[in-house]
This record gives sequence, C-alpha cells and structure tokens, in this order.
Amino acid sequence: MTAWLAVAAPILPPIATPRVDWPTVAPVVAMFGAALAIVLLRALVRHSRRLVDTTSVVLAFAGMATAAGFLFYQWHLVRETGGYQTFAGAVAVDGLAVFVQAIVLGACALGVLLGLGYVRREALELPELLALLLLCTTGMMVMAQANDLVVVFVALEVFSIALYVLSAFDLRRAESQEAGLKYFVLGAFSSAIFLYGIALTYGATGTTSLTGIATFLAGNTLTHTGLLLAGFALLLVGLGFKVAAAPFHMWTPDVYEGAPTPITAFMSAATKAAAFGALLRIFAGSFQLYVSDWRPVVFGLAVASLVVGTVAAAVQTDVKRMLAYSSIGHAGFVLIGLQVANAGASGNRLPGTAAALFYLLVYAVMAIGAFGVVQVMTQRGDTHHALSDYRGLARTEPAIAGLLTLFLLAQTGVPLTGGFVAKLAVFRSAVDAGQYQLALIGMLAAVISAFVYLRLVITMYAPNSDAENAAAEGAEPAPRVRIDPGAGIALFLTAAAVLVLGVMPNWTLDIAHQATQLLAK
Amino acid sequence: MHTGDYPLLSAMLLTPLAGAILAMLMPRSRPDYSRIVGYFTSVATLGLGVSLLLTFSKHVHGYQYVERHHWINVLAVHFDVGVDGISLFMIVLTALLFPIGLLASAREHDGKSFTVWMLLLEMSLIGVFISLDLISFFVFFELSLVPMYFLIAGWGHGRNVYAAMKFFLYTMAGSAFLFVGILTVAYLHHKATGVWTFDVATLTQWTSSATAMSARTGRLLFLAFTVAFAVKVPLFPLHTWLPDAHTEAPTAGSVVLAGVLLKMGTYGFLRFAIPMFPSAAVHFAPLLLTLAVIGIIYGAIVAAMQPDLKRLIAYSSVAHLGFVVLGTFALTTQGIQGGVFTMVSHGLTTGALFLLVGMLYDRRHTRLISEFGGLWKSIPILSGLFAASMFASIGLPGFSGFVGEFTSLLGTFLSRRWWAVVATFGVILAAVYLLWAFQRAFTGEPEGANVGLRDINARELATVVPLLALSLFLGFYPKPLFDRSQTAVRDLVAHVEQSANYHAPEPPAPTAEAGR
Repeated sequence: MTAWLAVAAPILPPIATPRVDWPTVAPVVAMFGAALAIVLLRALVRHSRRLVDTTSVVLAFAGMATAAGFLFYQWHLVRETGGYQTFAGAVAVDGLAVFVQAIVLGACALGVLLGLGYVRREALELPELLALLLLCTTGMMVMAQANDLVVVFVALEVFSIALYVLSAFDLRRAESQEAGLKYFVLGAFSSAIFLYGIALTYGATGTTSLTGIATFLAGNTLTHTGLLLAGFALLLVGLGFKVAAAPFHMWTPDVYEGAPTPITAFMSAATKAAAFGALLRIFAGSFQLYVSDWRPVVFGLAVASLVVGTVAAAVQTDVKRMLAYSSIGHAGFVLIGLQVANAGASGNRLPGTAAALFYLLVYAVMAIGAFGVVQVMTQRGDTHHALSDYRGLARTEPAIAGLLTLFLLAQTGVPLTGGFVAKLAVFRSAVDAGQYQLALIGMLAAVISAFVYLRLVITMYAPNSDAENAAAEGAEPAPRVRIDPGAGIALFLTAAAVLVLGVMPNWTLDIAHQATQLLAK
Repeated sequence: MHTGDYPLLSAMLLTPLAGAILAMLMPRSRPDYSRIVGYFTSVATLGLGVSLLLTFSKHVHGYQYVERHHWINVLAVHFDVGVDGISLFMIVLTALLFPIGLLASAREHDGKSFTVWMLLLEMSLIGVFISLDLISFFVFFELSLVPMYFLIAGWGHGRNVYAAMKFFLYTMAGSAFLFVGILTVAYLHHKATGVWTFDVATLTQWTSSATAMSARTGRLLFLAFTVAFAVKVPLFPLHTWLPDAHTEAPTAGSVVLAGVLLKMGTYGFLRFAIPMFPSAAVHFAPLLLTLAVIGIIYGAIVAAMQPDLKRLIAYSSVAHLGFVVLGTFALTTQGIQGGVFTMVSHGLTTGALFLLVGMLYDRRHTRLISEFGGLWKSIPILSGLFAASMFASIGLPGFSGFVGEFTSLLGTFLSRRWWAVVATFGVILAAVYLLWAFQRAFTGEPEGANVGLRDINARELATVVPLLALSLFLGFYPKPLFDRSQTAVRDLVAHVEQSANYHAPEPPAPTAEAGR
C-alpha cells in the first residue's frame, strides 16, 4: 500500500491545497458552527424542550454576534489594505463582500427576531428554524465573497436548499407546502441554467475564476463571442431568478405568499442582497469589457421588473402578495444601478454599484419592516393578510398602522425616509451615465407604486362602512393584535433605520461608496 | 448678503416640526392638549414670520438670512436656506394661514392626528419656500403631499379617498419630470464644470449662460420643470385634480391647499423654471400665456355652472391662478409684481371664502347652492362677511384682489396686448359667477332649514376677520408688499433680459403699481 503510493506520487502530483485564511472565513465559520451546534443540541438533549429552545436562541445570537465582530474586523482590514483575494483566488475580501454580508447578517438577525413569535404561535420547532436560517445565511455570505463561478454555485445551492425547506416550514399549512415545492422545482431549474451558464463561460474563457475571466477577456479578442454571450445570458437568468427580476419572477408571488411570514421577510431582503452581490461582482466586475453586450439586456430586465412589479401589485387583494410584487419592482430599481454599475466610477461621481448597494440595504430594512408588520397582524395559521383585514386598523391599532404607513411611504420613496435617498442615489447614477429614459421610467414606476402603497394605507385609515359596523356588532370582535417582544424589537429597529437612512444618510452612503472603491484586485 | 444674527429660517422650519412631535406625544384621549400645542406652535411660527417680515431689508439684492448646511455629502446635497422678496410673502402667508386653519378646525374629529398632520404640512411648506438647494426643495415639495393626502383622506367629505389619491398621483407624476430634470441639470453642470452641486444660485447662473447647453436641451428641461409646476398651479389641461381635492378636503385643508399649495407651482416658475431657462421661458411664454388665459376664461365659465358652492370656489381658483401665471409669463416687472401680489391676495380672499363655506356646511350639512336661500335674513353677519369676501375675490377696487389682478393685467398689456385683452373678460366673469351664486344662496326669504340658523360665533369670526382685514389693508395700501418684492422681481426681469434675447417693455410713465 505504501509502496504503491510511493510509486504513484511522482505521476500524480499532490494537489496544492490553498492555505486556510481563517480571518476571511471566520464569519462564515461562526454562522455554520452555530447552526451545527443547534442541530446537535436538538438531537442530543431530548428531555427539556425549553432548555433546548433557550440555548439555541443564545447560540444563534452568539453566532451572529461573532460573525458581525469578524465582519467589522474585515472591514477595517479592507479599509487599510484594500480588497484582497485568498483561497487561491476563489474568495474575495473587499468592500462589496463585507457590505453585502452585513446586509444578509442583519436580515438574518431580524428574521430570527420575527421568527421567535411565529414559532410559538404556530407551535413549530424553534431549533430547526434557527439552524436553517443560519445555514441559509452562511450560504449567502459565501456567495457575497465568492470570486469563482463554482464557489458562487455552491453558495447558491447551500442557501437555496435551506430556503426551499424554510418556505415549506409550516407543515400544517398547504400553502406553505405548495410554496416550498414550487420554489424547489423552479429553483432547481434556475440552478441548472446557472450551472450551464458556468459551463459555457468556462468553455469560452477556459477558467471559472472571476478574476481569471476578466484577465482572459482583457488579454484576448474572441473571434466568436457566441459561446461567451450565451454563458452571460444563462448566468443572468439564473441570478435573475434569485433576485426576482421580471420575467423570471413567476415564483415570487406564490412563494412569498405561502412561505411563513418571517421567512418571507428574510428571503425578500437577504436573497436579493446576496444574488445582487454576485450579479454586481460578475457583470460589473468580470464582464465589464462586454458591457455594451449585457447592458441592453439589463435595461430590458429593469424596465420589465418595474412595470410588472408595480402594475401587477396594483390589482392584488392580498397584502403579502402585493408586497411580493412590489419586491419585483424594487429589483427593477436595483437593476438600474447594475445597468450603470461602472459608468460613473471615475472622479467624484456616484457609481451605480454604490447606489445599488445602498438600495439593497434600504430595501432590506423596508421590506423586513413591512413583512414584520404583516407577521404581527397574522393570526394563528398565518391567515388574515387580506387587504380587508387591514380595514380600519388605524383606529384599533394606531401604532401598527403608523409603522406600516412609514414602511409603505418609504417604499414609495417619500422624502425623509430611506426609500427616497435610495431612489435618489439610483437615479443620480443613471443620469450620470446619461440614461435619462431609465431614470424617467423609474420615476413613473414610482408614481404607480405610490398608488399601490396608498391603497393599503387608505384601507387602514378608512372608517368602517355602516353595514360592516352592523355586521361587526353581531360578530365577535376581531382578536386583538399582540406584538411579541421579538417582533417589537425588529419593528423598532427597522423603523428607526428607515428614518435614520432618510434623514441622515451620509454615513451609510459613504460606506457604500467606499465599499465599491475597495474591490479585490 | 444680509445674514440674520440667529437662524430665523431654520427656526421657522423646526418650530412646526417640534410642535408636531410634541402633539404626537400627547395622549389620544385628550385631543385638546394636542390642539393647544398646535395653536401655540403655529402662532409662534407666525411670530417668527412677522419678525422676518419686519427685519427683511427691501433694498438688498439676492437672498437674505442665508444658512448653509451639509446634508448628503456623497450626493452633494446641501441644506441651504434663504429668502428674497418673492419667497418672503409665501412664507408669511403660510405662517398666517396655519393658525387660522387650526382654529377653524377646532371641531374636527381626532384632533391629535389632525394637528400633527397640519403641523407637518406647515413644516414642509415653509421648507419649500426657503430651500435654496434643488434637492432639498424637491424633498419638501414631495413631502408636502403626505400630510395633505392624509388630511383629505382622513377628514374630507364625500369621495375623499378618491380625491386624495388623485391629488397624490397627479402631483407625484408631475414631480417625476421635475426630479429627472433636476438630476439632469446637475449632471450637465458637472460634465461642463466638474463640480457636483444642486445649489440654485450656482446652477441658475450656469444654465442661463448662453454657452451652457443647446437651445433644445434648455427647452426640454424647461418643459420638465414646467410640467411639475403646471400640475401644481394648476394650468388648464392639468387642473382636473383640483376641484376634487378642494371640494372633498376639510375646511382647513382647502384653505391651505388654495392659499399655499397652489402657490408652490407659481413660485416654482418664478424661482426655478424662468431664471434657470430664460431663453426657453421667453420661447414658451406664448404657450403658457395662452394656457393661463384659457384657464381664466374656462375656470370662470365652469365655476358659474357649479351647483356646489365649494366646487365653485375651487374652479374660481383655477381662474385666479391663471392671472398669476399670466402676469408671470408676461415677463415684465409689473406683470410679475402683479403675479406675486395676486398669489398673496388669492390666499387671503379664497381662504376667507373657504372658511365661510365651511361654516355654512357645519350649519346646513350641504353645500348645494339650491339648498340655500335667504341666508342674509337668517344669518346676517356671516352673509355680510361672505359678501365682503366675495367682492374681495371678484377684485372690487379697495380689496387686494383688484390691485393684484390689475397690476398683472397691466404688465401683460405691455408685452402681450391681446392676451391681456381676452383675460380681462375673466374679471367680469368672476363677478358673474360669484354674484349669481350669492344671489341664489343669500337673497330672498329664508325657508325650511334655512330659517333660524346660528350666526357666526367668536371663534369663527376670529378666523375670517384677519384675512379680510389684510385684504382690505393691501387693497388700500399695497406699497409694503410691492416695496419688498420689487428688488427681487426687477432682478429677475433683468436676469431674463440679460440671458435671453429679450427686452421687457417699460410703461411710458411710472404709473405702474396703480394701487400706490
């Protein structure tokens, strides 16, 4: 045996494994470790459910706090030395990665906070939810750092599989099961398409490394670009599916509606951030030289998303479904940023990448806030999210109605909320790049979306009609809405963030701006 | 440039905001606490407004009380404020109408939320008129929609939800063009000079220079700005939101809507559209003048046909604002002076009319002219005040309406004779629709429910009398207003003459400002 190895060794050179750069993977390891610990705990400790639940919550927050600490450390490292690559170029540590990871991590924390009350109400397994959320976040964080198409794919699969399970987490609800299955089948398709895109890109360039692709394209002129462009297209479809951009949005309304509300909140914010992080890195980074080829396509996707998202949202009668469509519309706004990603990179202009990153952050806060209110409003069995259930809410629950109004106004883009600054940044970067039409289309889409959000707002503030009052007298009063502490904290944080990002956006915009300047070389 | 010893404009902006926050913290079960906060802060703001009026120097060119603060560094957005002779009276008018509006709404339900929304509206309106940075202007311009929306939707009558939504969407659609226009101007300025700024003075100086941009670009940008402001004014084909919003809004909402919100449009023309694109403004002046004249005549005719008294006044606003736009785009000193004067005068007289109609509605729960009759005999004081406000609105000499419309017509006559001639018929039509309505509603013998109505009480008197007194004062003695606005207006006209190939005709003898 040893003799055989000794003979074989010269023929098969040992695989050069890259040095493990612990600080780089520390956030991911912390999250992954916490998830595994929770799974083990649940499997080993069987006598006290209460003990397991409490410990797993502590573990989850410890994991997230550790990851956040290491992210801070990475940010300082990146700020001092600039972005760098590690793990043989497969992982990038730079401003973009850290910013997106921070959004994903924040979304995870808020998702956990919302999930606590949900699990108690529906009598589901808390440790499982926490472990899956943490695993999912782990995948998204890897995706934000991935600098190799294969790593992107692995990360995509890790978080997607966790999301499929999370969507179907509510075992007793058929809609949740349906959402999980639908997301799984369509998601598997999109993954396959993405994988094929990797294969074609590899065929055209001979490498899967994003830096390698950029170097290859810069150094060689392709006589036949068909293979490469087909690769672009398939990659775009695969990631477009994840960010819920039209026309790859078909799954979004059903899955967002069916999935447990805290999961909807988490995935609307985090999936978008992670997948857009990858899109920005791949298209604005590696494929920058072919910008004239992919830019019109992204233009089309942006316009389609804006139109589908806003127009379809206008006719929904279910609040979760309406917010799902509006999420498609917001993907359109971020796509505007992607479309002009590098156009303004020189001088003191605002590059589209920074605008897109800021938009992703603001969207995460607004979306989690809005879905958080929906979560608070829902009753046992994840019901009561029809538009009519919100009628007259302002009288019975002024605080909740006020919060939802704030989040909806922010999504409309009303000044002094984060939504306005985010739209301002995106449109400014679009105008910087001379894309006036896109800015105007975006603004008009914002006007239509105002109708969507105001329709919900007006429902909350509308007085009950006399007939309904008469009916209500006979019927038992609607159950009082109770805000559990976790959801309360999450709503407070998101509401505060929406206002702070709107009134004093300087600091965060600066960070987003810096993040785009500190890209891995 | 004169700078105040203390940040007066910021104080005017922050006082209503502080009041709104304070009112929000008051218990819901005691709306009277919130109301008291509302009265106190709005009167305090008015006090600041009066001190602004008294300390404003009429001879200084450019902006006074300038403050500059950084806001969003990465986007080069500043929070710069200042005031000149054009914005001065808009700010004071805003500060005046809000305490009156709050006082008139003492019986609206849910006083706490009402007060909060009113104070937020006051803050955003003051912000509109003091902003010297395009983005911060736009911020307040858009922000004002939200409280107004809630005021109409929450406290309006009839089809209030529909009216509120229509108001919001119309104005926001107009703003979409304004927003893209603002970004484009800043971008072109950056491309030419390498400096990112949204500062109004800097951009105005650059865009109005002949070399800045092609005539076509200038015209497109002018139109982008114009659409937003024309919706707000509203100019003729874009006015359809106004009758609904005015009619369904609560009384205080209508007063503020007519008194201040519409002026955001005409103010936008004077502050941004004309000075930034003077050549385009001269080029498009005939178009806008024509729309203004159509608005004057059309508004008057439609007003005459209205069965609803409030709707009638709403349409009369279309006509009055037509005079403002007419004077503005006459591009003469007299015309613009008249426009500014009419902006103030219309705020006073139409405000008074809306208040009185609100009082009638409180008593009779209808606004249909056919339901009224013989009110003069049953409620003589209220009817007398209505008659006085009506004559002020028609433009009877001695009231401010006359001075404003006469001056703006005079200014238009100098540069665009035939438009002025046609527009003059609007003055006669105003007499027709108002007198006819007055005759039907107030004269004759009271019958049925019109008998034995309660006449005006002290609180209601306190809301109407100041407006009428001011209108009367400015009607007899318009000099204080003209004196303070004339430096800014002259500078504006000189700026247009200098930057565009245009010469503003002067009157043969110094007989302008006939009311002096």
